[in-house]
Amino acid sequence: MNVGPLEAFALLVRRELCLSFRRPDQLLQPLVFFLIVTTLFPLGLNLQLSLLRDMSPGVLWVAALLSSLLSLDSLFKSDADDGTLEQLALSGQDLTVIVVAKTFAHWLVSGAALVLVSPIVGTALGIPTEAFLTMMLSLTLGTLTLSWLGAIGAGLTVGLKRGNVLLSLIVLPLAMPLLIFGAGATDRAISGTSSAGALYFLAALCVFTCTLAPFAATTALRITLE
Amino acid sequence: MMSSSFWAMGGYARYVWPCYAFAGVVLAWNLWSARRFRVAAQLRARRAAQMTMAAVGES
Amino acid sequence: MWTWFYKLASPPYVYGVSAALAPWALGGAALAMGYGLIAGLAIAPPDYQQGEAVRMIYVHVPSAMLSLTVYTLMAAASAVALIWRIKVGHAVAAASAPIGASFTILALVTGSLWGRPMWGTYWAWDPRLTSELILLFLYVGVMSLRLAFEDPSRGDRAAALLAIVGVVNVPIVHFSVVWWNSLHQGATIVRLGAPKMPGSMLWPLLSMWLGFMLFFAAVLCIRLQGEVLNRERQSTWVREAVKS
Repeated sequence: MNVGPLEAFALLVRRELCLSFRRPDQLLQPLVFFLIVTTLFPLGLNLQLSLLRDMSPGVLWVAALLSSLLSLDSLFKSDADDGTLEQLALSGQDLTVIVVAKTFAHWLVSGAALVLVSPIVGTALGIPTEAFLTMMLSLTLGTLTLSWLGAIGAGLTVGLKRGNVLLSLIVLPLAMPLLIFGAGATDRAISGTSSAGALYFLAALCVFTCTLAPFAATTALRITLE
Repeated sequence: MMSSSFWAMGGYARYVWPCYAFAGVVLAWNLWSARRFRVAAQLRARRAAQMTMAAVGES
Repeated sequence: MWTWFYKLASPPYVYGVSAALAPWALGGAALAMGYGLIAGLAIAPPDYQQGEAVRMIYVHVPSAMLSLTVYTLMAAASAVALIWRIKVGHAVAAASAPIGASFTILALVTGSLWGRPMWGTYWAWDPRLTSELILLFLYVGVMSLRLAFEDPSRGDRAAALLAIVGVVNVPIVHFSVVWWNSLHQGATIVRLGAPKMPGSMLWPLLSMWLGFMLFFAAVLCIRLQGEVLNRERQSTWVREAVKS
C-alpha cells in the first residue's frame, strides 16, 4: 500500500493527536507547570503589580521555555520505548516526513496550547491587554522554533538513560536568541514602542529553524536508531 | 626595564597581572591535561595489546 | 597533493604526523609568544585612552579568536566525519573540544578583567559577551553528549551533529558588534580594509595570535594521538606502535 507523503503526514498527525488526547493528564501537565512557574516569580520577588510588569516578558518567556523543555521528552521517547519508532523508520516512508509530522503534532498540543493559555498568565503578571497580540504572536513563533530545536535535541538524546537533563543542556543555549528577541518584542509592546523589528527577527529565526531543523532532527534519529 | 612602574602597569596591575596569570594557568592546564590523556590512552592500548597477545598464545 | 588528503584519513598516518609535529609546534608557539609578550608588555606604548590596561589585549583577543576558530574546526571535522564517514574526523573533533572550551573560558575571564576598569563592570549582557557565553555552553554540550553514550561511535556521531548545528553561533559572535549596538569594541583586525591599529601594537598582537594557534596545534596533536589510540585500540598498527 503506497501512501504519499502528504497522506502519511496527515495520518501521523492524527495518530499523535489521538494518542495525546487519550492521556489528558499528560497534556495538561506542561501547561500547569507553565502556570506554576509563572507564579513562583511574583511569590519569590514580592513585587507590586506595576513593578512586576517590567519583568513580565522575561518571566513569561523563561516559564514558556522551561515548560516546553519538559514536554519535549515525550516527542520520541514513548515510541522509541515500544519499538514503534523503528517500525516507522523501516516503513519505507521518508523519515523526514515522519519527523515533521510528529514535531508539528507535538507543537499543537504543547506550544500552541501555551499560546492559548498565555493571556491568563499575562494578566497574572500585569501585562496590559494591548500587548497581548504581540505577546501571543511572539510566543507562537518562539514555541514553533523551540519545538524544532527540541526535536533535534530529542532525536540526539532518545534512548539515553538520563537524557532529559542533557536535552535541556543542548536545547537551552540554542534557544537563548529566541528568549532575547521574544521577551524583547513583548517588552516593546508593553512600553508602547514598535515591536516590529524584534518580531521580524523572531520570524526569521523561525523560518530558518523550520527549514533546516527537520533534516538535522532526521539525521539525529538515524544516528540514534541504527 | 622591569622597574616597579612596569609591575604597577599604570595602576591597572590588579587587572593586568591576574589576566596573564590565568592565561598561563589555562595554557599549562592544556599541556598537562593533553599529556595525561595521551599517556592513559597509550597504557590502555598496551594492555589491550598484551591481552590479545596472551589470547593468541604469543609470548 | 590529493594523496596527502587521502593519507589524512588514515589513523596510523595521523598518529605519526601528530607525534612528529607536536614538539615543533610547541617550540614555534614559545618563540611567537615570547616575542609577543616582550614586545606587547614592555615595548609597545600604552594606549591614549586606556593606559596600560590595553596590554590585556595581547591575551584576550588571541584567546577569543581561537575560541571561534577551534569551534569551526571542530564543526568542520565533524562534518567530514559524518558525511564521508572518515573516523579520524571524530578524533579531531573530540580532541579539539576541551581545548576550545578552555580558550572560551580564558576569553571570558580576561575580557571580564578588562571590562572592569574600562566599562566599570565585570559583566554585561551585551550581544558579543552573551553569544561567547553561549559558545561555551555549546562546547560543554558537545562534550557531554559524546560522553553520554555507551557506544563511543554513536556518541561521536551525535556530538558531531550537535557541533554542526551549533556552528551558527560562530558568525553571530563575530558579527554581533556589527549587527547590534554593542558595548564591546568593533572589529579592528578581521575586517575588510586595513586593520585599525598602530604597528607597534599590531605586530605583538599578531605574534601572540600566531603563538596561540601554534600552541593549539601542539596540544591538538598530543590529544589527537590519545583519541586515535582510543578509537583504534584493536588494530594491528596500534599494537606495534605501543610496543616501544
